[in-house]
Amino acid sequence: MSSAEISTHHDAAHGEHHGPAKGIRRWLFATNHKDIGTMYLVFSLLMFFTGGFMALIIRTELFSPGLQFVHPEFFNQMTTMHALIMVFGAVMPAFVGLANWMIPMMIGAPDMALPRMNNWSFWILPVAFGILLSTLWMPGGAPASGWTMYPPLVLQTGDAFPFLIFSVHLMGFSSIMGAINIIVTIINMRAPNMTLLAMPMFVWTWLITAYLLIAVMPVLAGAVTMLLTDQFFGTSFFLAAGGGDPVMFQHIFWFFGHPEVYIMILPAFGVVSEIIPTFSRKPLFGHDSMVYAASSIAFLSFIVWAHHMFTVGMPLTGQLFFMFATLLIAVPTGVKVFNWVATMWQGAMTFETPMLFSLGFVFLFTIGGFSGLMLAVVPADIQYHDSYFVVAHFHYVLVPGSIFGIMAATYYWLPKWAGHMYNEKLGRIHFWMSAIFVNVTFFPMHFLGLAGMPRRIPDYSTQFADFNSIASVGAIGFGLSQLLFVYIVFRCVRGDGATATAEVWDNPRGLEWTVPSPAPYHTFEEPPEVTDGKAFS
Amino acid sequence: MIQKLCLSALAILFASSAGAEWELNMPRGVTELSAETYNLHMQVFYWCCAIAVVVFGAMIYSLVKHRKAAGAKPANFSHSMTAEMIWTIIPIIILMIMAVPSAETLIKLEDGRKPDLTVVVTGYQWKWHYEYLGEDVAYYSSLARTSVDARRKNSGIDPNTVENYLLDVDNPLVVPVGAKVRVLITSNDVIHAWWVPDLAIKKDAVPGFMNETWFRAELTGVYRGQCAELCGKDHGYMPVVVEVVEPTAFQNWLDSSRPEN
Ligand SMILES: [Cu+2]
Repeated sequence: MSSAEISTHHDAAHGEHHGPAKGIRRWLFATNHKDIGTMYLVFSLLMFFTGGFMALIIRTELFSPGLQFVHPEFFNQMTTMHALIMVFGAVMPAFVGLANWMIPMMIGAPDMALPRMNNWSFWILPVAFGILLSTLWMPGGAPASGWTMYPPLVLQTGDAFPFLIFSVHLMGFSSIMGAINIIVTIINMRAPNMTLLAMPMFVWTWLITAYLLIAVMPVLAGAVTMLLTDQFFGTSFFLAAGGGDPVMFQHIFWFFGHPEVYIMILPAFGVVSEIIPTFSRKPLFGHDSMVYAASSIAFLSFIVWAHHMFTVGMPLTGQLFFMFATLLIAVPTGVKVFNWVATMWQGAMTFETPMLFSLGFVFLFTIGGFSGLMLAVVPADIQYHDSYFVVAHFHYVLVPGSIFGIMAATYYWLPKWAGHMYNEKLGRIHFWMSAIFVNVTFFPMHFLGLAGMPRRIPDYSTQFADFNSIASVGAIGFGLSQLLFVYIVFRCVRGDGATATAEVWDNPRGLEWTVPSPAPYHTFEEPPEVTDGKAFS
Repeated sequence: MIQKLCLSALAILFASSAGAEWELNMPRGVTELSAETYNLHMQVFYWCCAIAVVVFGAMIYSLVKHRKAAGAKPANFSHSMTAEMIWTIIPIIILMIMAVPSAETLIKLEDGRKPDLTVVVTGYQWKWHYEYLGEDVAYYSSLARTSVDARRKNSGIDPNTVENYLLDVDNPLVVPVGAKVRVLITSNDVIHAWWVPDLAIKKDAVPGFMNETWFRAELTGVYRGQCAELCGKDHGYMPVVVEVVEPTAFQNWLDSSRPEN
């Protein structure tokens, strides 16, 4: 609490000189959590369109059999860069941006605990992605070994190789600093009387996510550092000729990679757990069991990594263990879905855009969960592995999962940020277009995978042509729909909509709704009075 | 909406898949284990459908009945120990029902003892090498000439006119029907994966390591698959073709393939 008091004192001394700095200095030297949150969100949107553009290059080439537009080398660069940019540049920064904006306001803190580190953790990102994108113009092209960077293939990367490693290191620094900041803020700066279990679900899921980040980002950094020394300093961590093991990289990578999957979905769980109660006009069902479920998912995420590797040649006992552990994750995930449905049950629902995206999330994420369950069954996984079935699966959990979660959060809190309502009619159109096209894009990929189409190929046999064409049409439709999103947000921020009230929605719970809209530059300089009813949703 | 989409997807697929060689579902395959794998896949799929009916059913019912526009008044409950116990325990039981047969099939998959024939498969960028252990027969298997010509960027050749476009090779792997074939898999450069859907086999070819798997094809025929692990620029152009023939035909083929001929 002492930090809150210090900040109060500080402001009393400076009076109203404490507004935002002018011009570029406001952003370059930003320490305000709202400014940094905004920068994260804008950066994420830029990366979303960059990665999306690459996805459209991929889908255009795959529209029909035969090679029409790009060479296979470039195709592989596109799949690799698309994944790296979407994972590290679009989804993760979007959630950090939401955390920056909302966590202090939801726990009644004046700002993030470590504002200067906050500035660092953001400004590292444009540098990291500047480096990564610059590899497209290097001799040998951008990295083309898949975002999983498996050796020995990744060691065949051209001049881009050390730049790839360095940019991954930078992304790791950024994530770790962001995670430290979030943990310290949540642990130390909650309003008096807000116990841990009284925290809103979005704060809870982010707390768990931040611990996951701290646990696994150094593991990724270690793995890519070993790649670097294998390439340039004569080590043989992953080279069989020198006594190393290429499969060891996969174990280390997926020890990072599986928790990473939950890093990208847990904050979305939190968002949906905020929104569904508001628009059902009912408290969240089973708040505490939601916390325990998210914690169990986080714990289990550390002991299932090898389910990404059932075909590498593992001992039978290992395969059995990873199959059972993976199946077990369905239990806490199921609890979350059932609790969301129970929250809606006997509510009085309305269907504003944030609610539509949240409902889309629950439906479509569950479909991704079903294919995940199928993938856990080892003999079947041997057929699905590295086929389009897997592509369908992880896009269902990432696009109508994570990204719908981000969209829902944006529509939900945008009036609080901008002080104006967005255009509800356009928001609904945006939802329906996104929901339809996302299914047109990714549902046929299940069939392609089952019929035997491997992933990451630039051209395919003619029996795969029809579903590929459908998927490509869907992808272009989905991409165009997102331009509507930019238009809606732009108009809202410009102040075209009705003026938003402090509560914005119909009697929502949470401290963020007790401050005016738009949220003043500094909020909760005095810690708020927390009563149970207002504190958590 | 989901239902509508599924229905239209099904309609499109029945309209367009007529004449296609491969179904939209996983192939049942031609080995005992591929059929078991197919059954497991369908079993888990049906469980998912059943769970979907319950969950989505409850959700859709709620979306229709508990709308503010329909005059619903919100209840205020937020806990139910009984409900939460039910939806924790029932999934655990369902998972155990899934896990047991999966484990049984997996154990059979891993039992490569007493093979009738052993083939060493080596992955190269970007072709396969097959060696019949102890038989003095070894050769490379690369993408067929017709596909090589057609696959070039803007080749002017319509892939639809090429038979088995990207799924044909110059020299297929030939094995006898009914024999237990042990496949030892390794690689000479980067990681590849040897995949034949009809045999329900996919195994990584890892440089410096030897992986093992096996199959016993019960029907003669030609079975096609592809490299499944990204292995560089021509990853999409190294198909796997397995020709399953009668034992006598196999013996004749083997004899005629020895170098002295
Ligand atoms: Cu290969």
